[in-house]
Amino acid sequence: MRERIAGGYDDFVIPFMIGMCFVLIYLAVALIRLFAHIPPKDRIKFFKSLVNPAIMWKNVKDILFDCLLHVKIFKRNLLLGYMHASIAFGWFMLILIGHIEVALYVPQRNGVLYYPVFFRYFVKFEGETTLKGSFFFFLMDFFLLMVLTGVGLAMYKRFRSRALGMRRTTKPCFADRVALACLWSIFPLRLLAESFTAGIAGGSFLTKPMYWLFNNFLSNDMHILPTWWAYSTAIGLFMLALPFSRYMHIPTEAFLILLRNAGLKVTKPRKGFAEAEIYSCSSCGICIDACPMNIQKKNLPFSSVYFIRFLRRNNIKKMNQIAQKCLMCGKCVALCPVGVESCGIKRAQRATIYNNIKHDYTYLHQAHHTPDNTTQESNNKILYFAGCMTHLTPSIIKNLTGIFESSGTEYIFADKDGGVCCGRPLILAGREDAAKEVIARNSQMIQESGCRKVVLSCPICLKVLKEEYNLKGIELLHHTQFINTLIEEGKIKVKRGAESLVYHNPCELGRGCGIYKEPLNVLQQLGELKKAEKEGKESICCGGSLGSITLSYEDRGKITQGSLDALTVNNPDKIVTACPLCLKTFADKSSRPVIDIAQIVNENIC
Amino acid sequence: MGKFGFTLNPSSRIDLDKVDRDKFNRLAEIEPDVLKCMACGSCTASCTAGKFVKTSMRSAILSLQNGKEQEALDFLKGCLLCGKCTMVCPRAINTRHLIMSILKIY
Repeated sequence: MRERIAGGYDDFVIPFMIGMCFVLIYLAVALIRLFAHIPPKDRIKFFKSLVNPAIMWKNVKDILFDCLLHVKIFKRNLLLGYMHASIAFGWFMLILIGHIEVALYVPQRNGVLYYPVFFRYFVKFEGETTLKGSFFFFLMDFFLLMVLTGVGLAMYKRFRSRALGMRRTTKPCFADRVALACLWSIFPLRLLAESFTAGIAGGSFLTKPMYWLFNNFLSNDMHILPTWWAYSTAIGLFMLALPFSRYMHIPTEAFLILLRNAGLKVTKPRKGFAEAEIYSCSSCGICIDACPMNIQKKNLPFSSVYFIRFLRRNNIKKMNQIAQKCLMCGKCVALCPVGVESCGIKRAQRATIYNNIKHDYTYLHQAHHTPDNTTQESNNKILYFAGCMTHLTPSIIKNLTGIFESSGTEYIFADKDGGVCCGRPLILAGREDAAKEVIARNSQMIQESGCRKVVLSCPICLKVLKEEYNLKGIELLHHTQFINTLIEEGKIKVKRGAESLVYHNPCELGRGCGIYKEPLNVLQQLGELKKAEKEGKESICCGGSLGSITLSYEDRGKITQGSLDALTVNNPDKIVTACPLCLKTFADKSSRPVIDIAQIVNENIC
Repeated sequence: MGKFGFTLNPSSRIDLDKVDRDKFNRLAEIEPDVLKCMACGSCTASCTAGKFVKTSMRSAILSLQNGKEQEALDFLKGCLLCGKCTMVCPRAINTRHLIMSILKIY
């Protein structure tokens, strides 16, 4: 193998070089701008994380599994996973092996940007039959075939997305279409170019047969330059369209992983960390099928993927519209293969609308709502905090206090005669400043009670207590966890009923707090547990979520109905849930009885 | 009028002709639910903040209709947005959006 073209240059590399230089300059400027918007404290945190061995290892692992192999998509659908992984991993390997080849055979061209890409054009094959030579030829053809199958699947997906497990896909914008057309043509053109050159530069199982095939009816040498020109132009155009298209996720995603592993959080809706998240969105459209609102076709434009697109374009009107409509159920975040925390960005966007509106919470300090019966011995007691919503569903309070009494648990009822809201609804509405006052007051109340264990009935409260409150050394439990422990410790005994049950996983309990096992554990002992259509982290919001600000009652009703339909596919006798808000929302619409887990346990205590 | 036996205290007199309806119209445009209220008072009865300080969605809407903007704000400034009023409203008014819109516009 030696250099065929003297000087290692031909005019056809110009389109590629224009595109490449443009992208490199664009990325460098974007990187500097992004760092400028990250708060100085976070910047130091980021650089420190780069030299931390544990985080370094995690970075490498995440980049390999998420960016290249797309393991998360494989878990959802094999074909869809293969489509993404083959293009990403195959392309990466083509670039990598291209560089290795240059380093091995023409080391004098190391560092020339275009050389590895057009390697086959510049070199001449000299009857090298060693294993080393044919090994790289084989690898190059193998990964090219891998990418080509991926591109084939991508084309097929345009027409029949259902075959790849997607009901609906994203509508591409203009830049996306340009980039997509280029991406689809890059690899077939590469195959053609390398095939026509295979007689000179050599090839393997794919390019060699193509060469002989074309040789029968084409004069291959005449086609060498035009195909390399076309190949170079396709890459160049792709690079020019890249910053304005969804393919910006290719460079950004790896960078986002570094930022995320460093522990950075969203501070502003469009700047700094959020910007990295926005540009990491690959518009794959998995969030469209995930969104509970999309049970109605008219809500499709309010999916997270379009929210991110409008953020990129800084279309404030549309951004606000979507940010306010979202239910904040977190399903799109849970399923996102890139891990874009769109709910956090939406909250930051809401803050730009609502954070500065007037409020007056001075009454919180006058309000006497610390429970009267706190004493020095309250250490052993548990504090029960029902929360606002639970007060609208007295059955939960009645049954849970019943369980407390049956199990001999001593408790203090923190908000028996009405307490202060936990602050989560304010946070969800983007009013963090107002929420801080409420959180401070409630933290004080809990600390003053002297209890070391708090049991809550409302997952909304649980989430904010876990994340925002300063309650060191105090154990926070949802009542499903508490009941599960009581049963495991034998403090209450339950009998098995004859009814079949289905469990609805509330958003804030499952995706919000990561509590999936305990309720199922309890319910398995109470009756036959039937499966719902979507379970675990894919459970569908009940429609009553406090997260949405502008969603109308009618639209919420449709979501509730859709969620109920998904729950009752296996025809259970009863629907069991663990959130007062879900309970109340479902009870209005369901033809089957809907009850809280506390109620069914209390009824079956023996 | 003085001999009639009834007088209006000037400070509480509302001249609806002089009330600026622009803000209310803007509110009704953003959140048309404000026109749906039938003043049943379920929201006020269930209000979390209402236990500690005078907070009332119902009174706030009535005050706005009567042109008493400051009074309406006083009824809402203690709101914690907990959403109980939305759950109990028989007219399915999106109270949380309404409250935030009122606080934002006025």
